[in-house]
Amino acid sequence: MKAKVTVMLKTGVLDPQGEAVKSALGSLGFDGVDAVRQGKVIELDLAEADAATAEAAVTEMCEKLLANTVIESYSIELA
Amino acid sequence: MRAAVVTFPGSNCDRDLAVAFEAAGFQVHRVWHRDSALPEGLDVIGLPGGFSFGDYLRCGAIAANAPICREVKAFAERGGHVLGICNGFQILLETGLLPGALMRNANLHFVCKPVDLRIESEASPYTASYGRGTEITIPIAHHDGNYQADAETIARLDGEGRVAFRYTDNPNGSAGDIAGVLSANHRVLGMMPHPERAIDDLHGGTDGKALFTGLAEMLVSA
Repeated sequence: MKAKVTVMLKTGVLDPQGEAVKSALGSLGFDGVDAVRQGKVIELDLAEADAATAEAAVTEMCEKLLANTVIESYSIELA
Repeated sequence: MRAAVVTFPGSNCDRDLAVAFEAAGFQVHRVWHRDSALPEGLDVIGLPGGFSFGDYLRCGAIAANAPICREVKAFAERGGHVLGICNGFQILLETGLLPGALMRNANLHFVCKPVDLRIESEASPYTASYGRGTEITIPIAHHDGNYQADAETIARLDGEGRVAFRYTDNPNGSAGDIAGVLSANHRVLGMMPHPERAIDDLHGGTDGKALFTGLAEMLVSA
């Protein structure tokens, strides 16, 4: 099965890249963008077929490597 | 005295760090990231600056999971001395040996220049010889040196004398102007500035030298 992991900076952690993108959008004339947060998406192809087992494994991957939980949060979608 | 310097793919300050240790009297062993054991009888391990694994995923994240880093972690947990500089600091944070995280510089620029630091804690073998409050000039060169931790952690670091250095003119947005932090036992130091780039008159300054010679003296007297 496939897993999609979305890693974002935690709420409250200043995102300087998001701020820069917001400012660039403003200078392109896109008004009304109140906030921009930038993160990353990691797609995994897994041999595991059981959703619960896969989710447990991907959670462990996030905790150990894919996210730095000091500053980042993650969410997992399985398909 | 014996020091090890670990080289990861993309490390680029490993030789400079080895030279700095040697100049302070250490016998230096170069260690490769895939090695699964450290040399016997080490006094200190240096994690050098650079761009280990191309900064993929997050700076230091892949290196922190390299085989040798399990050994580095065990060495530190046994009370060993570990010095991480720049990317080495990022690696120490990713291993969990030091608290907090280093984010993209607040101004988004790669900043490469000498900066002034104030010695904030002299309670470490790296900083004791400078004395508290001393100001030194050391080069920085990084894109992700913006030190952040939650308010509780910052307060704890302050209270326990674990902020080793502060910038006098914050170049990257770091919380509390923090440039270097120590572990609870004050034997693991992570710092963004490069003391190994300030040990010879030809570098334009020698303010980094005392970090290595001071460490050597403390280890000899210990």
